[in-house]
Formats: sequence, structure tokens, C-alpha cells
Amino acid sequence: MHNDWCPGCGDFGIVNAIQMALAELEVPRHRAALFSGIGCSGKTSHYVNVYGVHTLHGRVLTFAQGAKLANPGLTVVAAGGDGDGLGIGAGHFVAAGRRNIDMTYIVFDNGVYGLTKGQASPTLKLGEKTKSLPSPNTNYNVNPIGLAVASGYTFVARGYSYDVRHLKDLIKAAVRHRGLAFLDVLQPCPTYNDINTRDWYAGKDLKERAAEEGGESAAERHARIYKLEDTGYDPVVHYSEESEINARLGQALTKSLEWGDRIPIGVFYRNELVTPYAGRIADKVPNYEENPPAVQRVERQGRPTTDVSALLDSLEI
Amino acid sequence: MATDVSWLIGGPQGSGVESAANIFSRVCARLGYNVFGKREFYSNIKGEHSYFVVRVSDAPIRSNVNDIDLLVSYDAETIFRHAGDVADKCAVLYDSDLDKVATDDVKTLDAPFRARIEAHLEKAGKPNTVAGILDVAQGRGAHVFPVSFSSLLERLASEEDNPRLKGMKRLFNVLGVSLSLGVLSMPTDPLLEAVDSIFAKKPKIAELNKHAARLAYARGTEFTDLDHSLPRIEKRPHTMLVQGFQGTAIGKMVCGCRFQPYYPITPASDESVYLETHEVLAVEGDRPGSTLVVQSEDEICALGMTIGGAVAGARSSTCTSGPGFSLMAEALGWAGINEVPVVVTMYQRSGPSTGLPTRHGQDDLLFAVHAGHGEFPRIVYASGDVEESFYDTGRCFNYADVYQVPVVHMMDKLIASSVVTCPRFDPSKVAIDRGKLLTSVEEGADYRRFARSGDCISPRSVLGLENGIFWNTGDESDEYGHITEDPVVRVEMMDKRAGKLPRMLREIPDAEQAVSHGVRECTVVSWGSAKGAVLDAIEMLRAEGIDVGFVQVKLLCPFPVDYLRFLLRDAKVVVDVEANQTAQLGQLMKMHAGIEPDHYILKYTGRAMTCTEVRDALRRIVSGGAEKREVLVHGA
Repeated sequence: MHNDWCPGCGDFGIVNAIQMALAELEVPRHRAALFSGIGCSGKTSHYVNVYGVHTLHGRVLTFAQGAKLANPGLTVVAAGGDGDGLGIGAGHFVAAGRRNIDMTYIVFDNGVYGLTKGQASPTLKLGEKTKSLPSPNTNYNVNPIGLAVASGYTFVARGYSYDVRHLKDLIKAAVRHRGLAFLDVLQPCPTYNDINTRDWYAGKDLKERAAEEGGESAAERHARIYKLEDTGYDPVVHYSEESEINARLGQALTKSLEWGDRIPIGVFYRNELVTPYAGRIADKVPNYEENPPAVQRVERQGRPTTDVSALLDSLEI
Repeated sequence: MATDVSWLIGGPQGSGVESAANIFSRVCARLGYNVFGKREFYSNIKGEHSYFVVRVSDAPIRSNVNDIDLLVSYDAETIFRHAGDVADKCAVLYDSDLDKVATDDVKTLDAPFRARIEAHLEKAGKPNTVAGILDVAQGRGAHVFPVSFSSLLERLASEEDNPRLKGMKRLFNVLGVSLSLGVLSMPTDPLLEAVDSIFAKKPKIAELNKHAARLAYARGTEFTDLDHSLPRIEKRPHTMLVQGFQGTAIGKMVCGCRFQPYYPITPASDESVYLETHEVLAVEGDRPGSTLVVQSEDEICALGMTIGGAVAGARSSTCTSGPGFSLMAEALGWAGINEVPVVVTMYQRSGPSTGLPTRHGQDDLLFAVHAGHGEFPRIVYASGDVEESFYDTGRCFNYADVYQVPVVHMMDKLIASSVVTCPRFDPSKVAIDRGKLLTSVEEGADYRRFARSGDCISPRSVLGLENGIFWNTGDESDEYGHITEDPVVRVEMMDKRAGKLPRMLREIPDAEQAVSHGVRECTVVSWGSAKGAVLDAIEMLRAEGIDVGFVQVKLLCPFPVDYLRFLLRDAKVVVDVEANQTAQLGQLMKMHAGIEPDHYILKYTGRAMTCTEVRDALRRIVSGGAEKREVLVHGA
């Protein structure tokens, strides 16, 4: 299957990072299932040689959660655009956080609807006018990191599609995380987003401005993107204490608001002390994880093996 | 003469009408009778009028009748709404403290109903009160049995030496049921047993209820005018008393459905809640199994999750009603193009939109047949009653697996909220056929999920199977499941999927496609829960010497053209009976089989058909005095 993304598309970096992460984690190909939504990012599942399920617009999390619940032994990664996950699929985005199913959700965040020729997506800032828009964007933007933190995601991070090595490490950490991991990936769309370009993220404009202003600062690094881990930021909840959890959530939310000349990437929040959904099921169905829906034997030579006689006895009069 | 008694109890929603009716139904079933009970209620938690009508007979019964033999009421609204259905020589047993209550005092009476009843009373020259409407009933020949419920409580309070009991209106239900038992000369031990089992953990309350029951029973026996009585008769062994949703729920447990995401909606959610209540399952010769029931954020997610579970290999289903199914239409098409076996159990109610959210209807047939954009094969299958629904659930899952298509199993509110006696479900009659489901794939096999090897159904791998990797997409795809827009492959894939439809009609046994209950010169064609009223009506007509046939269509998509034409070859007058306005089965018959029904019997009041009104309409048709469309309207 050939890849038909535009030359220079940020999606290439993400699909490479996914492949590398799964390979380095040594997930057997048949144990991995990559789900995707609709749009350019939706094609991701066709470009990786593992089980690939290209679903419906906005619904990728619903299919992916269903598969993971039916077979918790699978490594499930869901991918979709920011319009897919934060516009049409925003309800599922929030509900998934509340469940905390052990899987990874990667949002390809480029501020535009690419396949429909460049309309504003939910992460485009108010008043911005990317090149296909007839007039500036009239909506305030969704804050993906903030929404994830508020919805109960237990691993919340941001990557940059042109820093593939860093992104690959983030995906590995997300897949390893016990619970639902959310990864917001800044992904320049070279065709329709002429504001948040690769050069913009690299701070080319800042560097030029500094050069015009003269002086030493012209030689400094002006990249907007910086790594949280380089600043001593600690995203991890270490004790399951309300005050610590609240402090970490608040810190992540504050960091998520940082935008403009400095844009943080890395892990914003991580809390493995929250019981994943499978654990909550196991509280009522003790053997759920060993004998989940997709694994259960339900027949022998075409005859049902489920014994409902006690139930039927109770209904007899 | 067969025993056939219709008993109705009503009251404000939340006042225990349902428990009272359940006790009465259980007692009747224990005494050996067949029971057909139906619950009617508003979309409301507390206060609006709800009622339960229980038909009891020593002969098989499958529907309700128009007339009420014994109406029991401790609230005025029940009397205003139902006294008109109490037939000659039948009885109203009521709380005489209500005599002076006027229509104006009952705030929950809808204005149009109030206007109708007041006009009726004015014409009869009676006051707008309970006493007035009972006068009218008495004038017609009905018996009126007044009982002061407060006096009964006073007596109970004094015998228990507990003055607080005087105000304990919660006991009205047990009083109502016990009075009825007295009137109908029924043995009391099943009632006392029922009370014991309901309050098994509260022996003091059980004793109090039994005391109240004995007092009320004795009072009830003082009324001897009613011709009906329900003595103990021989009980058929292995009879169950079931609620309508238990057929599909237990069917799912038995046939191996292990994953059910759902979003709450009336009248479908009872099934999911029941599955979750009994989620851990005993399995012969194996560790326990379980049904994973997940409450999703909406119906879009419910079907998305269901498909995810099915792609992972679990037998998966969801359960919904019309509004929820509307939200599922897009994902249904995805399941269609990706050939995913899922079952959507569809408990219809009356639409459009929110419509009559707690009332009956069969108006989603064409929607189920056509839901989703684009063209893809599916199966739509309809059950006629609770017992059928148990066995049909197994069939639906087999169809889904064998043909790798979404299956919509049509049920409805009448079935969901009925309480009926039926023979014990027999799991040994359920077969499980998972079709071309793969359990292993050879290394280097170049597996193609949508392989076209001259067969429209390809071997199916599932997520997690070694060497079985595939791709799914809502786009048109090649054999591997990768996106294609090639015009030649497009036609090949469309034809591959469409090829399943004629194959289903060839392979699904005739008896599963449609059930012939005998074809006559005049023959009814119907589907779903209308079956009960039609069968009962036909029996009533047979007793009058009128012979009418009946063909029940179960497979509605693909439409069983050949078999239906064969069955109806000798029918001169075809009558289509359904609970909708536009005769949707009739439309399918015309469109697919070129059979145009000669008459229609339709009902869309939101209330189920009674056999009485179906009989009357059929009689008019047979005698030549009928309209093309006979529209039924009985019921409050």
C-alpha cells in the first residue's frame, strides 16, 4: 500500500515513530492493533504492518476501546486528527478518559481539516486565518492537554512530529503506561496550515527578528518547542494523595496554556495509581483478564456450553 | 367454557402497581393458568397513570382483550380511565373513599381525555365524579364492589395494636391483590408464599403484609356477584413466568454473546441491565465465563464498541430502540462494508423522534431494512413473542457469523414490557455456528481478509491471531482491506458482498424465513408481536365458524419473496396486520414480491392491538363490509 500524504507532511514522522516504538517494545505484529479515524491521519493504520482498523469520523476511540475490552491482551493504539478527536469525537474523548482503558490515543494536531481542503479545526486559535479560510477563525480553540487532564486521562503528553526520536520515546512510554495514555502531536500541515509551519515551530521568525534587531541573540537557539524534561518538570503522581494529585493536575493545566514563543512538549501528567478499567471489571468478574470475551469458549461441537439452568430454575413457577 | 379473566390494576407511577401485578401474575401462574400481562406507563418516574392488565386463562393466550373482567383501583384516575372497559356482569372493585373525587381533582388526566370523559358523563346525566362514572358502569350491568381501604388499614392497625399503620398506604397494593383473590375465590397459599419470598430478609414486614392480605382476602370473598373464579387447576410442568426482555437476554447468554455495550433507552435497557446483573456465567466443563456489559456515552459509541469487540472475535451485540438506532446508522454501514458480524437487538417503540417513548409501535421496520447510507447486505429478523425471541437470538448470532453481516433483531415495547407464562427455554435446541471464523492461519499464508475465491464469504481472522493480519476500512477496499478506488475492484467487492443476499435466501430454512399458521382463502400476513393478537383473533373466529389463515414473516431482509409467494399462492384475500401507520410490511411485500395486500389492519395509538379488535376487523373483512384500511384505536 503506497503512502499518499503530501510531501513534507508531519504525519510521516508520526507513523515512523509508531513503527519504531512498537518494534523497540517488541510487540509481536499480530498482538498490535492500530485504529484510526477519518482524514489524512486515518490512513495511518494502512501504513503499519500490524492489524489496522480504519474506522469512522470521530469514532476511533469507540472501536478501539471495544476491541481492547474484548481482548485485553492486545496492544491497542488509536490515532486520529484533532478535528476527529476534539470536534466530532469530543464526547468520546471525554468518556474514554473516565474509563481509563489501558491503551494509547495519538492525536495528529495540525489546526486544519486537510482532506476537505483546509477548514479550521478545533485547535486553531481564535482569529487565525490559515490560507484556505475565507475569513479568520471565529471559534476559540480546544486545549487538548487541558481537556485530557480534566477528563481523567492518566498519561498526558505532547510530541512534535519532526522530533521523531523524542516522539518515539513518548509513544513507548504511552504504550507501557498502565491506563489510557493521550498524546497530542503537533504536526504541521504543509498544504493548508501556513501559520503553524515547520519553520514557525523552529522559531525561524523569532531568529530573523533577533537578527534584524542585531546583537548576540541572533546566534541563540530560537525554537519555540522545548522539552519539559529539560526544565526539571515532574509530571508524576507518586502517592495517591488528593493534594498531590491536584497539584500535578493544576501544574499540567497551567503548562498546557503555554503557547506562542515557547511551546512545551514531553509528559505533562502521569498517574499510574488510578485503577485501569480492566481492574474495575475484575472487581466484579474475577477472571475477566484471563478469560475475556474474545477468548471465552462458548460452544463444543456447535452446542452451547453456557449453563443457565439455575437462572431458568428461578423463573419456573 | 374456558376460563378467561382479564384483571386490571392501575395507579400513579411509582406506587407499586407493577409489584402488585407481578404478584397477581405469579399467583395465577402458580395456580396453573396461562398468563399474558402487559404494562402501560407514561414517560415519567412518579405520579402519572400507569396500569397493568393481566389476562389469565386455562387455554393458550397470547394477547389482551378489550374488556376488563375485574378492575381494581385505589386511585380515582384508574377508575376514570378504565371503568368504560368493564363489561356487563364484570366488576369494579374500588376504594369507596374515592366516591366524591371529581375529574377536576385528578391533575394528571390529560385535557383531551378529561373533555371526552366529561362529555360522556354529561350525556349520561351523571356528575363528573368517581361515583358518577361507576353509576354509568352499573347502568350497563357491571358490578361495583366498594371497599374502604382506609377502614381495612384501621382494622389492621387495631389488630396489630399499631396506630401508625392507619396511614400506611404502601399496603394498598397488597390489599388490592388480596381483595381480588377473594373476589375470584382463589387459593391464598401462593400469595402468602409470594409475600414471604419478596420480604425474605424482613420477616416482620412479611408477617404484616400477610396479615393485611388475610384481612383483605376475607373482605373480598364477601363479593359473590362476579361469575368468574380461578380455582387451582393442573399446572403444566416446566412453565416459566418471564418478563419480555428475558428472552433475548438469556438467549444471548446461551448463544455465547460475551460483549454488550449499550446506552440507556426505554424499552431496551432492561435487557442490558439484566445481562449485567447475571454477568458471571457457569460453563460446562470450563472455568466461569462472563458477559461484559459496558454502559457507553451514547449509541454511536455502543455500536462502535460492539464492532470493535466483534473484530476482536467476541460474539458481540448492543441493544437499543429507534432513537438510538438512528445514531447507529453510520456504524451499521461500516459493519456492512467490513463484513463484521454484530447483532443489534432493537426494541422498537413509537416514533418519530421521541414519539411516544414508553409506548408500543412497529414503525421502524423500513428504517431497519434501509438504515445507513450506501448499499450493503444485512439481515433484519423479527420475533413474535418472548419464547421465539430466545431461540431467534441464537439464530441471529449464527446468521451474523455465517454471513459476516450486521443483523438487526426486531423486538418491541409490547414484548419488552409483557409478563407471560411460557415453556421453559431449552438451550439444547440452540446451535452455535461461527461460520468461517479462523482459529489459526499458516505461516506465510498471504492471508487476505476479503479474499474472493469464488465465494462471497471469506475466511475471517480476528485481531490477535498470528499470521492473520488484516486491515479494515470504511473506504472501499481490496482483498487485504486496504483502500482502493479502482472501478473494477469496486464492482468486484460490491458484488461479493451483495452475493450474500441470494445465498441467505437459499440457505436459511423456509421455516426460519416465515411461519405458516395455515393458509386460507383469507390469510393474514404479519410480523413481530402482532402475532399474538392475530393468532388469538383467528381462534376466536374459528369458534364462530370463520376460518382465517396466518403467515408470520420473520426474515424481513433479505425479503423471502419465493417462499412468501409459495405460501400465499391460494390466498384470495391477503390482510396485512401491523402496529404502524404506513403498513411497512405491506410496502415490502409490494416492492419485493409484487403482492399487494387487499386489506390492512393497522394501529398506531402507541397501545398494542387486542385480539378483540383484530377479530372484529377480520370479521368485517371476511363479511365484505370492511374499509381498505381498518385502523384500530382501543386502549387507554
